[in-house]
Amino acid sequence: MEILLSLLVGVLMSVSVWLMLSRNLVKFLFGLVLISNVANLIIFKVGGLTIGAPPLISDGGSAQYANSLPQALVLTAIVIGFGLVSFTLVLALKAYQAIGTVDVDEMTLAEQRHDPEESA
Amino acid sequence: MNGLLIACILVPMITAVLSFVCTSNARVRGAISVVGSMILLMLASFLLYQVANGGPVSNQMGGWQAPMGITLIADILSAMLIVVTAIVALSVNIYAMGDISKERIASGFFTFMNMLIAGVVGAFLTGDLFNLYVWFEVMLISSFALLVLGGNKVQLDGAVKYVAINLISTVLLLTAIGLLYGLTGTLNMADLSLSVPLVENQALVAVVAVLFLIAFGIKAAVFPLYFWLPASYHTLPISVTAVFAALMTKVGIYALMRTFTLIFPGEHPVIDTTLLCLGLVTMVLGVFGAMTHSDVRRILAFHVIGSIGFMLLGLGLGSALAMGAAIFYMVHGILIKALLFMIAGIVGKLGGSFELARLGGLYQERPGFSIVFLLAALSLIGIPPLSGFWAKLLIIDAGLHHDSAVVITFVVLVSLLTFIPLIRIWSEVFWKPKPLDADVPSTAGSVESPNAFAWTPVLGLSAIMLAIGFLPAKIIDMSDTAAKGLITRTAYVDAVLPARAKLNEAQK
Repeated sequence: MEILLSLLVGVLMSVSVWLMLSRNLVKFLFGLVLISNVANLIIFKVGGLTIGAPPLISDGGSAQYANSLPQALVLTAIVIGFGLVSFTLVLALKAYQAIGTVDVDEMTLAEQRHDPEESA
Repeated sequence: MNGLLIACILVPMITAVLSFVCTSNARVRGAISVVGSMILLMLASFLLYQVANGGPVSNQMGGWQAPMGITLIADILSAMLIVVTAIVALSVNIYAMGDISKERIASGFFTFMNMLIAGVVGAFLTGDLFNLYVWFEVMLISSFALLVLGGNKVQLDGAVKYVAINLISTVLLLTAIGLLYGLTGTLNMADLSLSVPLVENQALVAVVAVLFLIAFGIKAAVFPLYFWLPASYHTLPISVTAVFAALMTKVGIYALMRTFTLIFPGEHPVIDTTLLCLGLVTMVLGVFGAMTHSDVRRILAFHVIGSIGFMLLGLGLGSALAMGAAIFYMVHGILIKALLFMIAGIVGKLGGSFELARLGGLYQERPGFSIVFLLAALSLIGIPPLSGFWAKLLIIDAGLHHDSAVVITFVVLVSLLTFIPLIRIWSEVFWKPKPLDADVPSTAGSVESPNAFAWTPVLGLSAIMLAIGFLPAKIIDMSDTAAKGLITRTAYVDAVLPARAKLNEAQK
């Protein structure tokens, strides 16, 4: 199971890096969604997998239990990641509406020497 | 139990909520924020006083003892930086009342600004790595909101780049934290400092250390990861740029200092050398970048990068002396950057533009203001007896102790080169006569007279800078004590893990 998860992390990581290298902002966003999930999987995996055991036990419950901390960390990271991704999606939409392109090579408004609004 | 630590985080948070919920009047919202940052400044000064006299103060959240629960801890370094953060927050909140448009305030400018401050203070105070990640997120989300607030096209374009690269750094930080947890089974920084040396697979520890270096390096705008900074900073309202330039990158440097002294302390000489080289390159490229630009805000943005190089240098040299120099430089750097950007804001208001070619004649119009700029610029360059001189002198002194000719040469050289862009601003904006075509309304933006909200923080910060310049001894002493605390680590660790401290005493 650990090997399977490690392989999955590797595959997802390479896919997300490939997506993020794209000039298309939307592809970059998909890469971002994937890579934040890769980070979550890594935390989950390195925390140690315990199969078929509950993370929270009552007094005198089963002797075997799973480490609950990685699960708590992943949960926090998912919530934060969700917020960031939704923000970025809206930002990309706004940028597309304002600038009229999702090709990052053409998004050079802020890099021009003079503010276009000033010289216009 | 010490409520002061949590109060330092809660005050800006409560201010953020109150300034949004209580009223929709822009002036009142600003006033609430100013009062909030005044309270924060008082609390922070009290905290610094306490820590300077009684050693690190710690607080276990929710009554869970370290390393199980989340620890808040303030040593001298954190306390000093929180005081400086509170000063910047106060000045920026005052400045913003005159600078930020009513529409931006209506959409919650002061709320995001105060949440940003809460995030910065939280990052300085936390003693837990995962919690550090959370505070970084609080900071990041607020900075995103400030970035796009009232956004025009240019601002959105800058924001896309800023957001993209910062999210990547966030993912790297999270991965590094996860891997470190897998190796050691703890996330408490004091506990990590004890358990990391015991890890068998030291090669993997080095990999994790490099991951931290990259993640925090992006936040701190270290070479080669600084491109997002000059791409976005000049698109923002001056109040936002001032607080970003002053605080955001320095939090990255603080995190680097903390992790590389507490968790990975000098076991990997390669990393120290890397830090040193990155510092040198960042310094040089920062100053060269500043030379190539003709927008006052962009010139200053590159100086932010340059000063990051100086701080990395101190960290890379690694001795208490060098670290003390870096800490002093950090205090000086935060205040001077906030001051310079606010001055740039006033220049933009008086001249109606930030382009050097369109500005001019300000010395004739406002000789007093010109002197304020000149003092701030000379302080950044490092002319005695201004604060920047002491900061650079301390780094050169540390270089001498390490017999590092390279460091001394570069510090002197870069300081000299820093002269060029700043004197260019001086001669173009203040000295040369006003260009004739600037009167044509189509080329120049609106010219307005800055009000008391702009002058008060600028004069206040200038007074603080002058005070640091003429009476640096107290702050140099504190920086040195902070640096010694970073290197010896025992006081910090004992404050977080009192049980271990008792055990040690019993063994003696």
